[in-house]
Amino acid sequence: MRRSADEATGSRRPGRTRLPLLALLAVALLGAVAGCSGAGALGGEAGAQTITVAIVSNSQMEDAIKLSPQFEAENPGIRMRFVSLSENEARAKITASVATGGGEFDVVMISNYETPQWAQNGWLTDLKPMINATPGYDPDDFIPTVRNSLSFNGDMYSVPFYGESSFLMYRKDLFAQAGLVMPAQPTWPQVADMAAKLTDRQAGRAGICLRGKPGWGEMMAPFDTVVNTFGGRWYDPQWRAQLTSPQFEQAAQFYVDTVRNYGEPGASQSGFSECATQFGQGNAAMWYDATSAAGTVENPDESTVVGKVGYAPAPVVATPSSGWLYTWSLAIPKTSPRPDAAWKFMSWMTSKQYMQRVGTQLGWTSLPPGSRLSTYRIPQYQQAAAAFAPTVLNAIQTANPAQPTVQPVPYQGVQFVRIPEFQDLGTRVSQQLSAAIAGQQTVPEALAQSQEYASTVGESYQ
Amino acid sequence: MAATIEDTSTTTSAPARTEGSRRPSSVGPVLLTTLTWIVAIGFFFPVLWMVLTAFKTESAAYTDPPTLFFSPTLEQFEAVFDAGIGPYLANSLGATAISTILVLLLATPAAFALSLRPVEKTQDVLFFFISTKMLPVVAAIVPIYVVVNEIRALDNIWTLIVLYTAMNLPIAVWMMRSFFLEVPKELLEAASIDGASLGRTLREVVLPIISPGIFATALICVIFAWNEFFFAVNLTAANAGTVPVFLVGFITSEGLYWARLSAAATLAALPVVLAGWFAQNKLVQGLSFGAVK
Repeated sequence: MRRSADEATGSRRPGRTRLPLLALLAVALLGAVAGCSGAGALGGEAGAQTITVAIVSNSQMEDAIKLSPQFEAENPGIRMRFVSLSENEARAKITASVATGGGEFDVVMISNYETPQWAQNGWLTDLKPMINATPGYDPDDFIPTVRNSLSFNGDMYSVPFYGESSFLMYRKDLFAQAGLVMPAQPTWPQVADMAAKLTDRQAGRAGICLRGKPGWGEMMAPFDTVVNTFGGRWYDPQWRAQLTSPQFEQAAQFYVDTVRNYGEPGASQSGFSECATQFGQGNAAMWYDATSAAGTVENPDESTVVGKVGYAPAPVVATPSSGWLYTWSLAIPKTSPRPDAAWKFMSWMTSKQYMQRVGTQLGWTSLPPGSRLSTYRIPQYQQAAAAFAPTVLNAIQTANPAQPTVQPVPYQGVQFVRIPEFQDLGTRVSQQLSAAIAGQQTVPEALAQSQEYASTVGESYQ
Repeated sequence: MAATIEDTSTTTSAPARTEGSRRPSSVGPVLLTTLTWIVAIGFFFPVLWMVLTAFKTESAAYTDPPTLFFSPTLEQFEAVFDAGIGPYLANSLGATAISTILVLLLATPAAFALSLRPVEKTQDVLFFFISTKMLPVVAAIVPIYVVVNEIRALDNIWTLIVLYTAMNLPIAVWMMRSFFLEVPKELLEAASIDGASLGRTLREVVLPIISPGIFATALICVIFAWNEFFFAVNLTAANAGTVPVFLVGFITSEGLYWARLSAAATLAALPVVLAGWFAQNKLVQGLSFGAVK
């Protein structure tokens, strides 16, 4: 109204009066662009039957994205879209989406931590009927420990893409120089002795790299395996917290002392990536971490110690084995309206044929390890991964999530306690221990505080 | 950017200071300049390192100790483009541009009403605006997620546009109000005596004077919307993801991709740096032609 009155009086500077109009036009134009692209995207593309996959951004997953056009070519009615996020963001995003029935994803990448819990909550599609209806899929070929960790009431609710355990990597050349021999099954006290002999602060070399960065998926993973094998546990069968028990305290003191005395510089902020850099650049004589680290250590683009590394089983004290068990797997949320198309893609990505495809097209060291037994029978893979493949397979096969420590426990899981509260609890306890590694408090102080956290959680299960 | 603006102000205020004390000690300014340089380099160094790392190979990026001398390569940028940054860029550009335009269209009349033509309870209104920024976003994400899910607007770019508009509106109103307050009342009275209507006064008298303020406000809105990550990562998936969400896809928990992450981060930062660069020129122009004169 006012505008028309202004126009009636005549404008002396017409250029200026056009500004708001231009702005409105611009909004309308951008709106039209957005509207045209459909489905709420700007510049995106629409498809008839689009499968959206939420995926964790690791190299094997990226290989799958690279190869997915071949799946689309074989299945013309299906188009794939991937949302690739870092581990923490992916976990938070996928949990929020699946728990609230957000329905953004047809396929989600989760782990053996989530699968049984979410299956119990009724959030995931039971895959057994689909697996049985897929000729040649061969679910019995999955490594039994991995398959069991992804099952609920005997049915698989997610299928493994790759699996890992933990092992000890050591520099064969430095061991030879120092006249040391790595035992076939090392114990933690032996490892600490060897770390003491191999630590050379003047040359900038740590005896061993151990994670000290807070986070339930960071330092808590290797630390938990140490606790287990020292005979410690988070809870007794009545869900009473056991973080101040002598075994738990002994393990924590050992871990903190080892990393403080012989560990990497800045240990309280070192996680997988930092240790990968330290060890890959020759600044550490040993590294206890995920078996997937072998890919980084043996990659000439990322490592200066290719061919110089030996691999030993996870060190033990009171248990016969101590390696963790972790697997990234694919599941279909109940909210997906396209479970059949989603399964087609999942079964393609976790099949034996996929392994051949990756090997022939991207190289045999790029195979996603730790999911299928048949992978370890492929001659080319046996050759390419000779240095570490047998140790990895053995570590995954001997991991024992049902009985991780000496005494009985009311929970499942090696490097985690498989309850929803553990993400928060594990992170809080790791913050206390990380502060002990940094020298800000003593181990008993850290554990006293941690015991309080754990007791609060345990009470809700008593 | 800030350095240039500072330079302009020091140049203009320098003669006045010299008149006050004819022979000032030269140690103070030298120290201050040195300190400024140290702080500026301290702030800029991580950005420089990011840009340098983007031109390295992955193995060169991990060398310990780090090296400044390397043979530059564009392979990381190729990898970022191969990973499909296009749709994310389009979403970011759309969400940023549309939300900024909406914010300016809504904030201008609001700020005008709250400054030059104060309405009843102006202070209360202003406090209400700023109070919406007091709640941490993380505290509001669950209800927002539930609402957006209920209206089936997850993974929709218009959801982000609405949220970014709401997010930036209080700041824009406050900023623009401070610019409006600088407009001399006499100009409005003169326009009124000449018979100009409210709309015409706003368009032809007030807006030209405060145009540097509008550019500054727009720039702030652009920066906030472009860099926003929390809403984007929680409310989008495959369709409406923005550049910051694309960026975290390069952070891996297993494997080392620092060079590629740096290349992606450099590309993500580029549009905002360019926007700042252009707006800065307009700001300086505006200051010399508009409000100051």
